[in-house]
Amino acid sequence: MKKTKQLIAALSLLLSGIGSAQADYTLNLMKGVTRISNEVYDMHMIALWICVAVGVVVFGTMFYSIYYHRKSMGHEAEQFHENTTVEIIWTIIPTIILVVMAIPATKIMIDLDDASEAEMTIKVTGWQWKWEYEYLDEGIHFFSSLDEESNRARQIGSGIDPTSVPHYLLNVDNPVVIPVHTKIRFLFTAADVIHAWWVPDLGWKKDTVPGFINESWTEVDVPGTYRGQCAELCGQDHGFMPIVVIAMEKADYAVWVEEQKELALAEQNAAQKEWSKEELIAKGETVYANNCASCHMADGAGMSGVFPAISGSPLVIGDIDAQVDLMMKGQGMMPAFGQMLSPVDFASVATFIRNGLGNAVGDSIQPSVIQKQQSTLAAVEDDE
Amino acid sequence: MSAETAEHDHHDHGPAKGLLRWIVTTNHKDIGTLYLVFALVMFFVGGLMALIIRTELFEPGMQFIEPQFFNSMTTMHALVMIFGAVMPGFVGFANWMIPMMIGAPDMALPRMNNMSFWMLVAGFVLLISTLFMEGGAPAAGWTMYPPLVLQTGNALPFAIFSIHLMGISSIMGSINIISTIFNMRAPAMTLMKMPLFVWTWLITAFLLIAIMPVFAGAVTMLLTDRFFDTSFFDAAGGGDPVLYQHIFWFFGHPEVYVLILPTFGIASTIIPVFARKPLFGYASMVYATAAIAFLSFIVWAHHMFLVGMPLAGELYFMYATMVIAVPTAVKIFNWTATMWKGAMTFETPMLFSIAFVVLFTIGGFTGLMMSLAPLDFQYHDTYFIVAHFHYTLVPAAIFMLMAGGYFWLPKWTGNMYDERLGKLHFWLSAISVNILFFPQHFLGLAGMPRRIPDYAVQFTDWNMISSIGAFIYGFSQLLFVYIVYKTIKGTGCEKATDEVWEDASKHGLEWTIASPAPYHTFLTPPEKIPTEHY
Repeated sequence: MKKTKQLIAALSLLLSGIGSAQADYTLNLMKGVTRISNEVYDMHMIALWICVAVGVVVFGTMFYSIYYHRKSMGHEAEQFHENTTVEIIWTIIPTIILVVMAIPATKIMIDLDDASEAEMTIKVTGWQWKWEYEYLDEGIHFFSSLDEESNRARQIGSGIDPTSVPHYLLNVDNPVVIPVHTKIRFLFTAADVIHAWWVPDLGWKKDTVPGFINESWTEVDVPGTYRGQCAELCGQDHGFMPIVVIAMEKADYAVWVEEQKELALAEQNAAQKEWSKEELIAKGETVYANNCASCHMADGAGMSGVFPAISGSPLVIGDIDAQVDLMMKGQGMMPAFGQMLSPVDFASVATFIRNGLGNAVGDSIQPSVIQKQQSTLAAVEDDE
Repeated sequence: MSAETAEHDHHDHGPAKGLLRWIVTTNHKDIGTLYLVFALVMFFVGGLMALIIRTELFEPGMQFIEPQFFNSMTTMHALVMIFGAVMPGFVGFANWMIPMMIGAPDMALPRMNNMSFWMLVAGFVLLISTLFMEGGAPAAGWTMYPPLVLQTGNALPFAIFSIHLMGISSIMGSINIISTIFNMRAPAMTLMKMPLFVWTWLITAFLLIAIMPVFAGAVTMLLTDRFFDTSFFDAAGGGDPVLYQHIFWFFGHPEVYVLILPTFGIASTIIPVFARKPLFGYASMVYATAAIAFLSFIVWAHHMFLVGMPLAGELYFMYATMVIAVPTAVKIFNWTATMWKGAMTFETPMLFSIAFVVLFTIGGFTGLMMSLAPLDFQYHDTYFIVAHFHYTLVPAAIFMLMAGGYFWLPKWTGNMYDERLGKLHFWLSAISVNILFFPQHFLGLAGMPRRIPDYAVQFTDWNMISSIGAFIYGFSQLLFVYIVYKTIKGTGCEKATDEVWEDASKHGLEWTIASPAPYHTFLTPPEKIPTEHY
C-alpha cells in the first residue's frame, strides 16, 4: 500500500513537474554553511544561468528553423554553406564567456588551497567501511561507522521500512564534533583502498589515498548537524559508510572534548578488568554484527570464493593465538582489526566467534591480553 | 552509375553459403553486419544489467541483490556498453560505409578485418564468463582503480586478458580504417572532399591507436602488482595508486571521444540530407574534430580533481578542459546553421539527429559546469556526473547509432523500414530517455553519490521516476529489433530506390549504387563524386 502510494506520488510529481510528494527532496545544490560552500553555490548558479541563456538562444534558433524552414511549409532550401564572419563571431563569443567563468573559479581554487593558519587539525583515515578520526591537538581518537539501526534495516529482507529509520544510511555511531568559527585543517589518508570524504554542506570532497596524505580546510559558520558519505567506490559497503559532522559553539565543544577524554579513561579501565566468558560473548555478538557480518554474513556462513566462513573454520576452532594474530594484522581483504577495535571489543568478538555461529570451542581471551598485543603491534609499526 | 556497378558484379562470386560465410568472410559488408549484430546483442546485455541496477534503486532499502553484485553490475554495464555496444556499433558502420563513401571495393586489409572481429568476440566471451566465477565479476568500476580492483577474485586476470583482446581488436580495426582511407579513395576523392563520417573515423582511429596500448599497459601493471609482486600502485612498495589514475585517464579521456566523434560524423552526414542543404562549415567541422581530438590528450586529470594535485596542476587542467567547449560549440552551431533556411523533412533518422543535437548540448552544458574545478569538488562522483555522461552517450552515441541504422538500412537491404513504427520508436526513446536521466541531475546536486546500491530516503522520488524511465526506454528498444527484423525480411515493406532519400546522391557516393547494395561495389573507382556539397 505504501509502495503504491509512493509510486502515485512519484508519477504525479513527474506529470506536474513541480510540487512535492515528500517534503525534503531538493532540486539544486545546497548552499552549505561555510564561506567556500556559498561561493561554490554562487559560482554554480552563474554557470547554470549562462548555460540556460546559451541554451535558449541555440535551441530557440533551432526550433524556429524547424518550424519555419520545413519542406511541408513550402520552404525552399538555400544552398549557402559557409560564412567566415559568422564563424569567427561564434568562436570568439564562447571564448569570452569561458574567460568570464574562469576568473571566479580560479579565485575559489586559490582560497581553498590555503590550509595555513588552521587553529586545529583532524586526521581522517578511510577504512573498508568506516572512518577513523584523530584530533591531533586534543589526542582524541575514535572510529565512526554506520549506526546500528540503519545497518539492520539495510540488510536484504530485513523487513524494516527505511523510512521508519531516522536519517537512514546517513547516521553514525560516533559523529565528528567541531567548533564553529574555527579554521580546521583536515588531513586525509586511507588504510586499505581509496575513499572520498564528502559533506556537501562544507562545499567540497577529498580523496583519501592509502600511503599519501591530502589536506583541505573548513570553517563552519552555523552550529548544526551535517551529513555526507563516502564518494569513491571502495568495495561492497561503499554505500554504507556515512559521515556526520556536528558543529558546536566553542563552549559546548570544550565540554565534548572533556567527555571524550573521560570516555577514553573508562575504556582504559574496562580493558584492565577481568571479564567473564558470558560477558564477552554477549558483547561480542554486537561487535560481530557491526564489524564482521557484512563480509562473513550474519550467520557466519561467509560468501563462497570471496569471504571465508566463520562457522567451522579451522582457524577459528583451532589455536586462539593464531586466530587473534590474523584478526590483529589482517590478511588480503580482511582489515587489520588490531588498529580498529578497542581491547574490549576485540577480545569479546574473538571470544564470540569461537563460541557462537555454530562453533563451541569453549575458551576466551581477556581484553588486557589484547591490549598488550596491540601496544607491541603499535611499537613495531613505529619502528618501521 | 548503379548500372555500371551491377555489370561488374555478375562475374564475381557471391557470398558463400551457410554459417561458414559469416565465420570466414572477408567482405566488408558481411563484417560490418557481424559487428552491428554483435553490438545490438551487447546493447541488450548491457541494458539488462542497467535494468537490474535501476530495479534495485527503485526504492530505498536492499530488495533484490547483494551490494557486491550491484557493484559488478555497474562495472560490467559500463564495460559491455562501451567496448561491446557503442564501439563495435561504430566499427560496423565504418566497415559498411567507409568503402562505399570513398569509392573503394573493400577495406584495405580484409583478412585482418575478419580477425579483429573474432578477437572481439573472444574478448567478450572471457569478460562475460567472469559473471559465473568464484568471487564474482569485476566490481571495482569500469575505471578499475587500485588498490580496490586488486581485491577482485578469480575474475581479475580474465578481465585483464579480455581487455587485451579488445585492445588488439581495436588497434587492428583502426589500422585497417586508416590504411583504407589513405590508400583506397577514388582518385577524385581528395581528403577535404571526404564525407564527415569518414573524417571523424580517421581521427578516431588515430586516437584508438594512441590510447589502447596505454590502457593495455595500465591493466598489465595491475596484473603484475597482483600476481608478480611488483608495486607500481602500492605505496608500501614505493608505488602510487594515483599513478594508475593518470595512466588510465590518459587513455580514458580520449576514449570518450572515441565514442562521440563517429557520432558527430553520422549527424553531419544525416542532417544535410534532410535539410536538403550542404553541411554548413565543412572545413571548420574537420578542424573542430581534430582540435577536440588533440585537446582530449591534454585534459585527462579533470577526472582527478580530488586526488590531491598541486594547485597549479588543477588550474591547468581546468583551463584546458574549458577550452574544449569552443570546438564543441562550433559543431553545434554548424549543425544549427545547416538546418537554417533548409527545406526540412522529419523522417526517423532526422528526428534522432535533432534529438541528438539538443540532448548532447545539455550534456555539454553539464560538462562545462564540471570543468570548473571548484564546482567539480561538489559534483564529482555524484549522480550529476552520471546524468552528464549518460546524456553524452545515450541520446548521443546510442541515438546516432539508431539514426544511422534507419538511415542506411534501406540501402543495405533494399527495403524501406516502417516509418510509422520508426517514429513511434523515436518518440518513446526520446521521451523516456529524459525521464530516465534528467532527474539524476537533481539527485546528484542533492548529494547522492554514484555507485551506491541503496540511498537515503530523501532521494526516493527522483530514483523512482528514473527507474520508470529506464524500463520504458529499455523495452522501447525491442521495437527497434522488430523494425530491423521486418526490414531485413522485407515482407510488406516498400522497396527502396537507389537514392533512398530525396536528392541523397548529391550528398554521398553510397546513394549512387543500387539498393540493396551489391555484394561487391566500386570494383573500379567512380569517376565522378558528388562534389557540389563539399
